[in-house]
Amino acid sequence: MDYETHEYDVLVVGAGGAGLRAAIEASAGGVRVGLLCKSLLGKAHTVMAEGGIAAALANVDDRDSWQVHFSDTMRGGQYVNNWRMAELHAKEAPDRVRELEAWGAVFDRTSDGRILQRNFGGHRYPRLAHVGDRTGLEMIRTLQDHGIHRGIDVHMEFTVVALLKDGERIAGIFGYERERGRFKVFRASAVILATGGLGRAYRVTSNSWEGTGDGHSLAYRAGAELLDMEFIQFHPTGMIWPPSVQGILVTEGVRGEGGILVNNQGRRFMFDDIPEPYRNQTADNEEEGWQYTQGDKSARRPPELLTRDHVARCINREVRDGRGSPHGGVFLDISWIHKRIQNAEEHIRRKLPSMYHQFKQLADIDITKEPMEVGPTTHYVMGGVRVDADTQMSTVPGLFAAGECAAGINGANRLGGNSLSDLLVFGKRAGEYAARFARENRQPAIDRTQVDLAARDALAPFEATRTENPYTIQHDLQEAMQRLVGIVREEAEMRNALGVIDSLKARARGVAVHGHREYNPGWHTALDLGHLLTVSEAIALSAIERKESRGGHFREDYPEKAAEFAKVNMTVQQGADGAMHLRRIPLPEMPPELKQVIEENK
Amino acid sequence: MSKELQTSNSQLPKANTQRATHATFRVWRGDANGGQYQDYTASVVPGMVVLDAVHQIQATQANDLACRWNCKAGKCGSCSAEINGKPRLMCMTRLNDLPLEEPVTIQPMKAFPPIRDLVTDVSWNFEVKKKIKPFKPRKPDAADGTWRMAQADVDRVQEFRKCIECFLCQDVCHVLREHALHPEFIGPRFLVYTAALEMNPLDSEDRLGDLKNQHGIGYCNITKCCTTVCPEEIKITDNAIIPLKERVVDQFYDPIRKLLRVFS
Repeated sequence: MDYETHEYDVLVVGAGGAGLRAAIEASAGGVRVGLLCKSLLGKAHTVMAEGGIAAALANVDDRDSWQVHFSDTMRGGQYVNNWRMAELHAKEAPDRVRELEAWGAVFDRTSDGRILQRNFGGHRYPRLAHVGDRTGLEMIRTLQDHGIHRGIDVHMEFTVVALLKDGERIAGIFGYERERGRFKVFRASAVILATGGLGRAYRVTSNSWEGTGDGHSLAYRAGAELLDMEFIQFHPTGMIWPPSVQGILVTEGVRGEGGILVNNQGRRFMFDDIPEPYRNQTADNEEEGWQYTQGDKSARRPPELLTRDHVARCINREVRDGRGSPHGGVFLDISWIHKRIQNAEEHIRRKLPSMYHQFKQLADIDITKEPMEVGPTTHYVMGGVRVDADTQMSTVPGLFAAGECAAGINGANRLGGNSLSDLLVFGKRAGEYAARFARENRQPAIDRTQVDLAARDALAPFEATRTENPYTIQHDLQEAMQRLVGIVREEAEMRNALGVIDSLKARARGVAVHGHREYNPGWHTALDLGHLLTVSEAIALSAIERKESRGGHFREDYPEKAAEFAKVNMTVQQGADGAMHLRRIPLPEMPPELKQVIEENK
Repeated sequence: MSKELQTSNSQLPKANTQRATHATFRVWRGDANGGQYQDYTASVVPGMVVLDAVHQIQATQANDLACRWNCKAGKCGSCSAEINGKPRLMCMTRLNDLPLEEPVTIQPMKAFPPIRDLVTDVSWNFEVKKKIKPFKPRKPDAADGTWRMAQADVDRVQEFRKCIECFLCQDVCHVLREHALHPEFIGPRFLVYTAALEMNPLDSEDRLGDLKNQHGIGYCNITKCCTTVCPEEIKITDNAIIPLKERVVDQFYDPIRKLLRVFS
């Protein structure tokens, strides 16, 4: 059968911050660019980012510099980051933010009219350019509104089913448009994956339905390596009550503005456990912590602004030891600041408008008057497609990845605010180098056999003999991952998870879809299952192999960091036998001048 | 894990104790060729929103029930629909705000062609946006290529930029909904969009001629329906449309300016 075929030089999969930025850059490189998005344009998960974009603009504190940002990022990632990506990111983020302003973004302002920056966990100085607590919306809308005038073809509500190859290199994609359920082929010299994360592998997550690890899994099946998959970020503050909102994010900005974490005994428990590497930078009393949030440059930051992995574990400990809130979390309180400042209620509403709105409407809580209940939620995956730091090309020629679906910059834990800047910095780089790749290489050929195979697999759920409900399998997987490969891990449980994943794979082969192909969410869920199962297996395998605790990966059976693992990253790759193979690869050696930078900023 | 703690704390969030355990949802099922309402029963849990009910129906009774959604927190503007006849976001409509003793009606937005079930063809909106002249900043204020703006001067623009493009304002606008003047009128969403550009202190483009001649600003007779349904509480009519109308009037209908234009 013949399918409608489109041709581009560069094809971008995903239209969040990284995808849009990549498409804009590729287009500036003078090549034909196509952009595929699973939802409508402007709805990607970037829209939900709240706190801000980390960039050492030094508008609020002139002691900031790329060197400090670089050091903060490496420390936050527990030094298993790709140093080159962290370096490029810290150096280029300020230009990427200023560029957004030139494209129409309207950031909050300093008193002298420049872009305002706020405090965030793990960042030594106020560094996050922001717009209230809706920075992601500002960013995606700016890129979208700029991008639509750049000659980029946007194909909305289009889902990629398989990557196509011409020998070793990438040749394009095969997928379907939701509205009519029709298959299409896109031939492209270069493909950029910008598909975001995989939070939907877990039951409690801040991610939308789209976060099913598509890019991770598509790249894996096309022969690319997945790096650091054991490192999942459980954001410490998700909503936990009522049940319907469980997992929805409560921005770290609440703590940046002075919000405190309290257990059911009224104790600020974050003061009880301050990790050694952060002791010099962390306040040891409430007064100093408050002064820091109010811009006192001589004060050290409150322990609520320690890195996310640590805060999440502390919350977990409070709940486990019986000091939690009524619904199994802890209290996050911003209303207390009325003791410190006048017009506190108005101040909170102005600084955190969407948090105010969110709690008022969804939980009947007025955050200006009472504390919120919060608990950890699966938020972000540090792991992803292994790419070259400068070009963002994977080990498959012509296949690039940027943003959350790529790995390297964040190491074992991502600092808040470093994601939006990552999207901009590496989205741009991916676009630039993909355009160059397309110009320098001949057009690839489409292999009909691959297309026919992908089409057959995609239609299999419509066969009448099948009975498994895709939603039930997805739910069972989410329960298993939450329980067995969650925030606190242990070998036997993770081996158990691998067994569950195997049995769910078998069930997924019998997944059934009702109705026809037009805008059918059941069909879509059935196709997503394969991706979710692949990434879940990669997470469990990598997590079993890392027999230590580091960043987002915490092992109850190995609760300390181990020197042996400080020097390696885990990767998984599909073997010739079709099975997932894991290996350890040595960390790239950091040049002495960067080691020096880290030393100076200790 | 929290059961044993529930008795010990006085800060328990307020719960609606008088709660229905089940409710009926009357959902429009169909496509461009027509359709009908179908009733589904869903169980009701605390804090539930209409989108939860749709998801429950999808997962257990109708796998192929089509709806759009993404963030489930009122931030992306995907799940627009008409609930008991009112244009709203499904993710922000709490069941305990609805009378559950009668069926909850859920239907797609009326101002746009149906695709399937609750999903409508909103592509027109994306075409309209492309026709509006893009942001064109003045020369940078500082040598490093940056600008200076006071917070007070961007407050209004930031209000407009809160828009999540749910298109509920387009749905409720009678110029589009009843009179279907889509080819002649860009609707409240894009008047807000234009206002955000026009009132951006850095912008140096002029869109007033387009507003009057191509974008149909004259069609709006300020009934404020759009403002009423905006989930972001943007004062669409008062803060965006009326000031734009005034600028258009100043530019094109002021007799002195008219005269000046003749000689310029």
